[in-house]
Amino acid sequence: MRFAIPASHRRIFALTVGLLLAAISLPGPAAAVDIQRVVSSAGIEAWLVEDHTNPLIALRIAFRGGSAMDPAGKEGLADMASSLLDEGAGDYDSQGFQELLEDLSIRLGFDASRDAFFGSVQTLSENREEAFRLLRLALSDPHFDAEAVNRIRGQLLARLRQSEEDPDTIANRTLTRTLFPDHPYGRPSRGTPDSIAAITADDLKSFVKARFGRNNLIVGAVGDIAPQELGRLVDAAFAKLPAKGSLWTLAEVTPKATGATIVEQKNVPQSSIVFAQPGLKRDHPDFYKLFVLNHMLGAGGFTSRLYSEVREKRGLVYSVGTGLIAYSHTGLIWGSAGTQNARVAETLAVVREEWARMAAGTVTAAELADAKAYLTGSYALGFSSSDRIADTLVGLQLDNLGIDYIDKRNGYIEAVTLDDVNRLAKTLLKPEQLTVVVVGKPAGVESSKPR
Amino acid sequence: MAQLKRRNPCGWILLAAVVGWAVATASADAAVFNPETFTLANGMQVVVVPNKRVPVVTHMVWYKVGGADEEPGKSGIAHFLEHLMFKGTPSHPDGEFSKLVARNGGRENAFTSHDYTAYHQTVAKDRLALVMELEADRMTNLIINQENVDTERQVVLEERRMRTDNEPSSILSEQASAAAYLNHPYGRPVIGWEHEIRALTLEQILAFHKRWYAPNNAILVVAGDITAAELKPMAEKYYGVIPRGDVPERFRPSEPPQRAAREVTLRDARVRQPMLSRSFLAPSYIDGETPHAYPLEVLAEILGGGATSRIYRSLVVEQGIATSAGARYSPDNFGPSRFAFYASPRPDSSMEAIEAAIQAEIDRVVAEGVSDEEVTRAKQRLTASAVFARDSLGGGARTLGAALASGQTVADVEAWPERIAAVSRVQVEAAARAVFHPETSVTSRLLRAGNPTSGQ
Repeated sequence: MRFAIPASHRRIFALTVGLLLAAISLPGPAAAVDIQRVVSSAGIEAWLVEDHTNPLIALRIAFRGGSAMDPAGKEGLADMASSLLDEGAGDYDSQGFQELLEDLSIRLGFDASRDAFFGSVQTLSENREEAFRLLRLALSDPHFDAEAVNRIRGQLLARLRQSEEDPDTIANRTLTRTLFPDHPYGRPSRGTPDSIAAITADDLKSFVKARFGRNNLIVGAVGDIAPQELGRLVDAAFAKLPAKGSLWTLAEVTPKATGATIVEQKNVPQSSIVFAQPGLKRDHPDFYKLFVLNHMLGAGGFTSRLYSEVREKRGLVYSVGTGLIAYSHTGLIWGSAGTQNARVAETLAVVREEWARMAAGTVTAAELADAKAYLTGSYALGFSSSDRIADTLVGLQLDNLGIDYIDKRNGYIEAVTLDDVNRLAKTLLKPEQLTVVVVGKPAGVESSKPR
Repeated sequence: MAQLKRRNPCGWILLAAVVGWAVATASADAAVFNPETFTLANGMQVVVVPNKRVPVVTHMVWYKVGGADEEPGKSGIAHFLEHLMFKGTPSHPDGEFSKLVARNGGRENAFTSHDYTAYHQTVAKDRLALVMELEADRMTNLIINQENVDTERQVVLEERRMRTDNEPSSILSEQASAAAYLNHPYGRPVIGWEHEIRALTLEQILAFHKRWYAPNNAILVVAGDITAAELKPMAEKYYGVIPRGDVPERFRPSEPPQRAAREVTLRDARVRQPMLSRSFLAPSYIDGETPHAYPLEVLAEILGGGATSRIYRSLVVEQGIATSAGARYSPDNFGPSRFAFYASPRPDSSMEAIEAAIQAEIDRVVAEGVSDEEVTRAKQRLTASAVFARDSLGGGARTLGAALASGQTVADVEAWPERIAAVSRVQVEAAARAVFHPETSVTSRLLRAGNPTSGQ
């Protein structure tokens, strides 16, 4: 039997994770989500949605600071650490630790985005003591034994090697590098063969010591657990972590979107196309206006302008869309499409045309009403499983949105007016800045001359 | 079996959905989803999976028809039809379906496999009637024109390029399936062969719709904040009024005995990480020597289920010759299944070395069997998390829908933990001996062009 379970914490591309966390998974309805603020004896704060329907607990944690802080030459450090924390810790070697997890059906995992390092635990509530203990061991006493480090390094290198041939990955990397030539956001979050080869067990140990400070920690829990018990277990897992992680600074950055087109030749039948221009950070006062605008432009599934013009009317692509990326220190509007090499030029022309049409302030009252109806009406749908809710609890705290955000969020969407979106479209959307990367053998499309 | 999602406005969403099909496990001391079920007078089966977390429902209609039910020469027609189902009906023309769902805060999609085609929407509970009306409408009133077909054909061909032609591993996997099934239609890709997708006509697609889309060939599954008592009058109102169709029996030519091992090799300049896979034809819950199905699930867990499985431990951890390795087996198909091993060599190793190591594990399990402890632990892992499966809103609907559309019953799904728990060591060993015959294997090799066997 294959049970269909939505896995919530998979790693896709660092960029998309950012996108999903920051913009798309805005959470569910007030009625169903009663968030309690729990403060443990040691003073650690956790947000809890108590739900005793199933004997399950989903925990999600984050430490502020992600792969953007990997040292130069050691790109991929956060990502590599995320794969190694559960490969031997405390009194257990790698196989011993994995056996314990498997025998107790505890799902433990870690992942890194550009701006944060995440952990997640799903456990039957009867095994909660062990689950939190194993989490503690993974965070405070991971071994980084030579066998495990070499094995995981081999896996990461294998993945990197293969991704060097993957048109989507190449396109995403090239565009990222182009937009942020002098900022850590422009570096590959999963590293390069050279940087992964350069990472040592000492680097990994320093990473753990420097980054997992209680002052950077954010905790969200959902399920079959009472507030007091959660406080006790949170202390068991985290109280012994250092009070403070190392400090860091990351500069604010404006994406270098020059309107360039970059073509990388690759012998594939379908070209991968990605494009971006500057967006807004999550805390920008116009963020909700952009959120609604982006929905109409390219994020609104089967109703967006790009979907309708590029796919529905012309059959140019199977997939096309845009998303918002809201990093801590910059924002982007990011889009992608894939089409046969012969039709890349036409696809790009239509995308640019739609970008320009939107930038001209052409949103109609009916279009806006539909977008708001969807965005507010679908709000409830995001809260469909414990781990997704736990993810949201952490996301709200990372973005400093407040414990009452869920009650207020639809109000922010409702408040966006037709004037707002058209004014923002005219000032923010810049077709001439839209920077494009094509990977494939596109007919009649060449890299633009550097400006 | 491969499953295609119809609409993927953004490739990222698709990735998320694909990994969403994780193999999970269930608790032996309880049934899994505790659904309620009834059947309408016209033969449409209805399943209700209660989940009261949020005032939301997932509404799915599953048709017992998929890629393996297509006539020879018309591969891809089930999936192509699924795309065209969004085009319109007389009462809701011109793509109004998706607009209405979105305007009501709903999310929707559809997917096609070899065994079924499913359409689903997730909406606030008070919008359920709307999506039921829309879904019932397009079951019988679909209108499509030549322009719809011509344009959507381009979209489907782009989908094929994206999924298959752009990915050497997908090309190989398509070829390996064709090699594994000589006679059974699982040898054809769900998305279809390109030349046959290009040749499908409007008339053929409409005829396929008329033949297979009928209430007596469909299953309604609703999960969420609703009871059977609440759903029944609505199901009768929207679906109960649709007359039964004259739906044919599913005809699936069966496999002749496999008498020679088959090998498929793809050399492609785009391959940087070689891969090896060896699969054996195996029974499913429904097809072949079905008593072996549950023991084979336990066996797959022992051999290749995770970081402590025999294959991973041996090839990746102890010998250090593979970057990844495992086994997989899924008996959910209506037709014959496969038990597969896979591994990818480290740069300082070779395809020959990992092939020999995999075969050694296969030979060992056939000759020496498994231990009682391995069986106990595998069963416990498998059965431990029906609880996890119960947690999500859509998971139960998907699992039940897929099972019912592939020939199982609600009782089968609910009894799964019990049946896994009842598997004995002797049954696991018998299943291994029954399936792992060299002559019933297909070995596929993904290699970098110009560098035939090295791991680099």
